[in-house]
Amino acid sequence: MKSTELPPYARAMGMEFAGHDNGSPVIAMVWSARAMGRPGFMHGGAIGGVLEMAGFTALEAELERQGIDMRIKPINISTEYLRGGLPETIYARGEVVRAGRRVANVRIEAWQSDRSRPVASCWMNFQLSPKKA
Amino acid sequence: MDSPEDTSTPLDRFVQAAGFNPRDWTAHLNAHGHSGFIGMRYHGHGTDWIELAFDWREELVGDPETGVLASGPIISLLDNATSMSVWTRMGRFCPQVTLDLRIDYTRAAAPRKPIIARAECYQVRRSMAFVRGIAHDGDITDPVAHAAGIFMLVDGQEWVK
Repeated sequence: MKSTELPPYARAMGMEFAGHDNGSPVIAMVWSARAMGRPGFMHGGAIGGVLEMAGFTALEAELERQGIDMRIKPINISTEYLRGGLPETIYARGEVVRAGRRVANVRIEAWQSDRSRPVASCWMNFQLSPKKA
Repeated sequence: MDSPEDTSTPLDRFVQAAGFNPRDWTAHLNAHGHSGFIGMRYHGHGTDWIELAFDWREELVGDPETGVLASGPIISLLDNATSMSVWTRMGRFCPQVTLDLRIDYTRAAAPRKPIIARAECYQVRRSMAFVRGIAHDGDITDPVAHAAGIFMLVDGQEWVK
């Protein structure tokens, strides 16, 4: 996966790049029935999916910026759900806290119409390893 | 058209039901929306645990080179299964929202294999329920992911719109 393209799951969910903010890509996901959880709200798993995609792409962009070509694997994610996700577009952006040689730590936030009222936030840890030839 | 039965949804019926039947819930409420897109299905349950599953398919892939599933669908499955484990333990439906959910990805899921999540509610308090879960692709002793989370039990009026 390059930092310019999203995987099949993300595309099927309607995620796309929505520009950059302070060096990190912003991922947007339009509302669709595919994202609906309890009636009238976005599914927590769909929100988690957007957060993860923003985490991945933020790390890819940071590694690219540093000229590092590594394989990225998620180790874990811990999500706090702050507000119910509404039936509208959701955005997420990750911030690489540290990218070391073996592990990278990323914090991600998701919001909807009002950026100052986040819907969910999470941290993710990634394992970095050399790419197989 | 003016009789009350005509407007009652499957959700209304589960809210009013005396018990909680995970198989019926999955059949009615996981068939649409995000759970329907992921393709969640009932796999089994006991007094305080429940199993849900979904099948591998191209649309859910995270790495097209290897065919490994994206982790998003695994979060969704664990979210639903852990949520339902609360109602299974309580023996009734109760409106709740996810407060937090932590997932450790212990290994990549094998391509083309179904994913099964086994979730357990291990403690219920007045306003909170504590859950844990495991996702695997056939052997629960060799899991794909581990989950731990907390659900907040909330007022029914705010739960749906």
